[in-house]
Amino acid sequence: MKTRWWNKPLFWPLAALGILFLLNLLLKPEFFAIRYQSGHLYGSLIDILNFGSPLAIVAVGMTLVIATRGIDLSVGSLVAIAGAMACLTISRGNDQQSLGLVLSAVLLALAVSVVLGLWNGLLVAGAGIQPIIATLILMVAGRGIAQLITSGQIITVTSKPYNYIGAGWLLTLPFSVYLVAAVFLFAAWMTRRTSLGMFIESIGCNPTASRLAGIRSRSILLAVYMFCALCAGIAGLITSSNVSSADGNNAGLWIELDAILAVVIGGTSLAGGRFSLAGTLVGALLIQTLTTTIYMLGVPPEITLVVKAIVVMAVCLIQSPSFRRSVARGLPRRPIASRQEVSGHG
Amino acid sequence: MVDRKYIPLLVTIGLFILMFLAGSLRYPGFLSAQVFMNLLIDNAFLLIVAVGMTFVILSGGIDLSVGSMVALTTMLSASLISQAGWPPAIVIPLVLAVGTLFGWLMGAIIHYFQIQPFIVTLAGMFLARGLCYVISIDTITINHAFYTKMALSKIRLPGGSFISISVAIALLVVLLAAYLAHFTRFGRNTYAIGGSESSAVLMGLPVARTKMLVYAFSGFCSALGGVVFTFYMLSGYGLHAVGLELDAIAAVVIGGTLLTGGSGYVIGTFFGVLIQGVIQTIITFEGTLSSWWTKMVIGLLLFLFILLQRIFTARSARSRPA
Repeated sequence: MKTRWWNKPLFWPLAALGILFLLNLLLKPEFFAIRYQSGHLYGSLIDILNFGSPLAIVAVGMTLVIATRGIDLSVGSLVAIAGAMACLTISRGNDQQSLGLVLSAVLLALAVSVVLGLWNGLLVAGAGIQPIIATLILMVAGRGIAQLITSGQIITVTSKPYNYIGAGWLLTLPFSVYLVAAVFLFAAWMTRRTSLGMFIESIGCNPTASRLAGIRSRSILLAVYMFCALCAGIAGLITSSNVSSADGNNAGLWIELDAILAVVIGGTSLAGGRFSLAGTLVGALLIQTLTTTIYMLGVPPEITLVVKAIVVMAVCLIQSPSFRRSVARGLPRRPIASRQEVSGHG
Repeated sequence: MVDRKYIPLLVTIGLFILMFLAGSLRYPGFLSAQVFMNLLIDNAFLLIVAVGMTFVILSGGIDLSVGSMVALTTMLSASLISQAGWPPAIVIPLVLAVGTLFGWLMGAIIHYFQIQPFIVTLAGMFLARGLCYVISIDTITINHAFYTKMALSKIRLPGGSFISISVAIALLVVLLAAYLAHFTRFGRNTYAIGGSESSAVLMGLPVARTKMLVYAFSGFCSALGGVVFTFYMLSGYGLHAVGLELDAIAAVVIGGTLLTGGSGYVIGTFFGVLIQGVIQTIITFEGTLSSWWTKMVIGLLLFLFILLQRIFTARSARSRPA
C-alpha cells in the first residue's frame, strides 16, 4: 500500500509546528525578526534553538532507547549529575580559566554519565528488568547522588571556557546548536549508514527473534543506554554552563518527560521497532516553540503545562489508528482492542 | 512451608520490622507506639494514593498523574472554601468526583484509543498541574473551622498514643481496597487483566469497564489523598506533592507488587509506605544526615526489590512445565 502524504511519519509533527508558526505570524509577527548584532544573531527563533538544545540532545538519545522498546527515565537525574560533577571539578581547580581543567571536568562528567548509562544498560540487558523500572532506580537515587556531589548547595563557577559550552557563540550561532547538530548527525550516521539502526529496530520488534537471528542484543542494548546517558551528560553540561552553576535539585527537572514527549510527537512508537531521529528533532523544536510562543503571547507561563497537555493528547490521538478510525465512522460500540485480539487469535 | 507467592510480601514485612528494630536499638525513644503512629500520620496521604496506584499497577498500567491530582485537589478545595466560601460538605464530595472523573477519562482514552498509559497519564499530570496554576499561582490558606478541626483532632488509642483522623481514613481505604482486590469480581478482573489482557478479553471479562474503573479508582484515591493532604497542610498550592507519583510507585514496588501486573497485595503497599516512612524517621533521628539520603536509600531499596522480583519470577517461570 502506498503511504499517503498525511500518513508519512513526519507530516503531523511538521504540521503542528507549522500551525504554531502561523499562529505566531498572525499574533506576533516580530517572532520571526532576527537581528544581527556584534557578530551574533538574535531573535526568538535563535532563542528556541539555543534553549531547546538540551532537550533536543536528550531526546535524540531517548529516541534510540525507545526504538529498542525501552525507556530511560533517569536522564533528568543524569543532567543534574553531569552538571554537578563538572562544576565541582572546576570549582576545586586552582585556575578556573585554564582550558585543561575545563576539559578534564567535561570528560570526567561525561565519563560518569556513561558509567551510569552502563548501569542502566546492565539492569535492562543483563538482569532483564523492565526498562521503565530499571531506570526509575537511577531517577530516584540520581537526584540524591547529584545533591551529594554538590553537598546540597548550588555550586557557582566563574570559568569562562566552561561558560562557552552553554552560552558561547560560534560563527553567529550559539555554540549549543552545533552540539545538537553533532549529536544528531552522529546518531543519524550510526543508525542509517551502518546496520546498527536496523539492529536496534529489530530488537525493538522482537528481542528473542533478533537474538536467534544472531544479533548481539545485549551489547547493542548496553551501547544504546550508554549513548542515551552520554547525551544526557552533554545536555547537563549545556544546562549548567549556561548559568555557570550546578543545581542538584532543579537541573534537568522533568526533562525526561519532555524528551519522551518529543520522541512520541516525532512519530517514534513507544512500542519500539521503528524510530525517526528527524521527527524527534521536530518534536523537540515543537515543545520549545510552544513554550516560547506562550511567553511571547503574554499568556501566564504557568498555563504552559495545560497547553502542553492538550498538545500531547492531540498529537497522540491523531497518531492513534483507532482514534482515526472512530472519527471516520463514529465512536465504536465495542472496544477495538478486543475485536482485534479476538480476530487475531481466532 | 509458606506459599511461594507470599515471599515478596514477607520480605517486605520482615524488612520493615528489621528497620524499625534497628532504629530502636540505635536511638533512645525510637521504640514507642507514637513513633509508629507518626509514620502513619505523616504518610496518610501517600498511603491512600499508593493504594490506588496498586490497582493500576496490578492491571499492568501506570498512573503518573497522582501527584498533580493531589495538588489540584488541594487547590480546588482551598479556592472554593477560602475564596468562594462554599461549605466543605459540598466541596469534598465535589473534589472526589472531579478526581474520579479525571481518572475515568484517562482510563477511557487508554483503553479505547490504545495509547500507552504512560503517555496518557503524563498528559494528565501536566493538565492537572497546569490547572492548579490557572486557579492561582500562590498558596491559598484554609482557615475554615472544619479543616482546622480535622487537622487538630486526635483519636486517642489505648496506651497513650494517638492518630489523626486522616490515619483513620487511610486505614479504612486500605481495608476497603484489600476487600475490593481479593473478594470482588472487580478485583479478580484487575488481576486477570494484569496477568494477560488478551486472555482476559478471550475469557469474556469486562476488560473495558474494569480498566476504566481501575483508573477511576486511582483518580478517586488521589483526590481523597488530596483531601487528607489539605487536612495536613491546611493550604492549597500548585507545588504541593511534586514527585509524589514516584513515592507511590516506589511504595508499591517495595510492597512486592510486580510492575508487569497481575501479582501483588494491597497490604504489601501498606508496608511499602511504612518502610519509606521509617527511612525518613531514621534520617531525622540521625540528625547529621541530610534529607537527600532518603532518596538514595529508597533508590537502593527499589533496586534490591526489583532484583528480588526478577529472581523470583525467573525461578517460577523455570519451575513451570514448558
